[in-house]
Amino acid sequence: MDVDFTSEDQAFRAEVRKFIEDNYPKHLIGADRGDLSKEDFLAWHKILAEKGWVAPSWPEEFGGTGWSVTQKYIWNEESAAFGTIPPLPFGVAMLGPVIYTFGNQAQKDWVLPGIKSGDTWWCQGYSEPGAGSDLAGLKTRAVRDGDDYIVNGHKIWTTLAQHADWMFCLVRTGTEGKPQAGISFLLIDMKTPGITVRPIITIDGGHEVNEVFLEDVRVPAEHLVGEEDKGWTIAKFLLGNERSGIAGVARSKKAIDRLREIARGELEDGAPLLDSSDFSRKISELEIDLTALEYTELRTLASESKGQGPGPESSILKIKGTEIQQRITELTMEAVGNYASPWVPQLDRGDNYLSIGPDHAEGVSQTYFNTRKTSIYGGSNEIQRNIIAKMVLGL
Amino acid sequence: MDFSFTEEQTLLRNMVQSFVQDNYDFDSRMKIVRSEEGMSREIWGQFAELGLLAAPFSEELGGLDGGPIDIMVIMEELGRGLVVEPYLPTVVLCGGILSRHASPAQQEANLPGILGGESIWALAYSEPQSRFNASDVLTSAKADGEGYVLNGTKAVVAAAPWADKFIVSARISGEQRDRNGIGLFIVDKSAAGVSTQDYPTVDGNRASEVTFENVAVSGDALIGSAETGLSILEEALDHGIGAICAESLGHMKSLNDATVEYCKTRKQFGVPIGSFQVLQHRMVDMFMEYEQSVSMTYMVNMKLNEGEEERKKAASGAKVQIGKSGRFVGQEAVQLHGGMGMTEELSVGHYFKRLTVIDTQFGNVDHHLKRFASA
Repeated sequence: MDVDFTSEDQAFRAEVRKFIEDNYPKHLIGADRGDLSKEDFLAWHKILAEKGWVAPSWPEEFGGTGWSVTQKYIWNEESAAFGTIPPLPFGVAMLGPVIYTFGNQAQKDWVLPGIKSGDTWWCQGYSEPGAGSDLAGLKTRAVRDGDDYIVNGHKIWTTLAQHADWMFCLVRTGTEGKPQAGISFLLIDMKTPGITVRPIITIDGGHEVNEVFLEDVRVPAEHLVGEEDKGWTIAKFLLGNERSGIAGVARSKKAIDRLREIARGELEDGAPLLDSSDFSRKISELEIDLTALEYTELRTLASESKGQGPGPESSILKIKGTEIQQRITELTMEAVGNYASPWVPQLDRGDNYLSIGPDHAEGVSQTYFNTRKTSIYGGSNEIQRNIIAKMVLGL
Repeated sequence: MDFSFTEEQTLLRNMVQSFVQDNYDFDSRMKIVRSEEGMSREIWGQFAELGLLAAPFSEELGGLDGGPIDIMVIMEELGRGLVVEPYLPTVVLCGGILSRHASPAQQEANLPGILGGESIWALAYSEPQSRFNASDVLTSAKADGEGYVLNGTKAVVAAAPWADKFIVSARISGEQRDRNGIGLFIVDKSAAGVSTQDYPTVDGNRASEVTFENVAVSGDALIGSAETGLSILEEALDHGIGAICAESLGHMKSLNDATVEYCKTRKQFGVPIGSFQVLQHRMVDMFMEYEQSVSMTYMVNMKLNEGEEERKKAASGAKVQIGKSGRFVGQEAVQLHGGMGMTEELSVGHYFKRLTVIDTQFGNVDHHLKRFASA
């Protein structure tokens, strides 16, 4: 047991750092996620695809990098330290593993390359107005009609569906037995007639999530992944993978560095806020909790590298990771004091707009409000506790 | 980076685990705690036979070439059994100081007694006014010819009632809280002028107020020098933190297991109380506190031999985690056991009490948050 980096690890770190510095698009350095176009989101993804580094966690035969746990850790650290916009999770982290685990050969052949290249933008059709935490209660129906399914229903909270080419979707194909029993996993082309995407504006003023309405949407049956009515297993597998990537340790570290920087620039009674013992105590507590999470994630990765998939323990990573992200954004907002209040949406800023207050106060309250989503999405933190209670504690 | 245990470490864990299970169940433990001496010399002798007392020391010193990870494994299992025998003060604290910083002559004279189980040691460093600051030393060591004369009082010295020898921090020069001028002295408990007031502590251990009145020691009782005394001491206390973090994992694991088991069997309103979601989520929070504590315990024990700054930060960070988590798990375990959790006859309360003492031992959450921030 040790935490030392070998000289090979150090060399690897130097290599990836140099690659990021040399190749990351200049116009995206420090860009705010809320202002990104579709091309912006994909710019770095495509550079990584070229390099073969877009999906480090995939098995090598499907295009993974074959990196060790330590190398993946270094990659995440360096990416976060530079502040890159990571490849979107819907394809690489969510659907990819589903396809190479449950998909047939034809699906592997067309889905995986599009994910890697970034040519296909995927969105996730899981939640419905009546099926949130109780996901198995979903009602979107898919009825077999010859070689097609005809899909009718209503999905919600579909992140970045406004850019999506395709959606992976949970649909109800059976109504007998337990609600989990009649669910299927379907891939749907967003250009199919009958699909309407409607934006939902969230409390931070942003447009990330959408409603997706499906009206007599015809989906070729070849786009069914796995067996009909057996989609629940796939749905849970995907959620497990989603949880294990969700801790966001390296990016939280970077956010704490930024918080400290801000607190150094803010004054309280003429002295840097960072020197206030009350404030620095809160930062220390955050850092300690983050260190614990970091080692919990490393332990999880270490056991995964020995062939154990992400177990229900990965729910800890989701709960603790999101709690920490929320505390960081909350404390960052606290740090800027009065200048957390001004709120002028981009669209309302004329040509003569003068920025208000210090630069570092820009967007901190938006980020705070936006980050409240993290304990709700991906299975709310209460659902994660239910999972641990049932699967780990046997209650 | 590697999170796996060696084969030797796994064997060590299995050995300590089965020893504790076979010889140190809760009833045996309470008999030992309530005995006149408050510890078992027989158990201590068995620790020596099993090689536990030699485990962390290098082969040149007669040890088994282990390190902090081996101590971590041992302490975690001793924690599960709420073992009171003085492994921490004798082996981890005093043995650690001797092995890292004593002269070859001092090592030769003292380490065989520790490894063989013949002598018990206590680290006498805290004082009535010092709280958690190891540099706040009023006990004086006045040079007297080749040797020194010690005067002063040490507070709540764990294991002192059983000890044959002390390592004592005493001020050779400087003001009360100066970082320089503190020496660490090997002192026989039987030396003229040493007196102790012995008492039990809430966690079933024993401690003493130790008074030194014109105690004469020779010059070769000094470990290191007056310049290095405090850094040697602080390093030892960080190693102590690594060890009690591991010990607390044993406590938290035992409490969590017992609480889940109890909630599955205890029925109210016609159903097991573990079926109530409000209690399930409480137990999940206990489980997460434990897991985060495991992570911090691994972290600190992997970093004890790194540079001073990194070691301090690691130790303080881990101690904050364990302090908070131990308190939370202890309090919730009592709560979920209801009235039964309040009783002396159940082990739950005893784990809770030991965790409560651990929060204070070597500095509490507030102390280590400050130290973490300044490191």
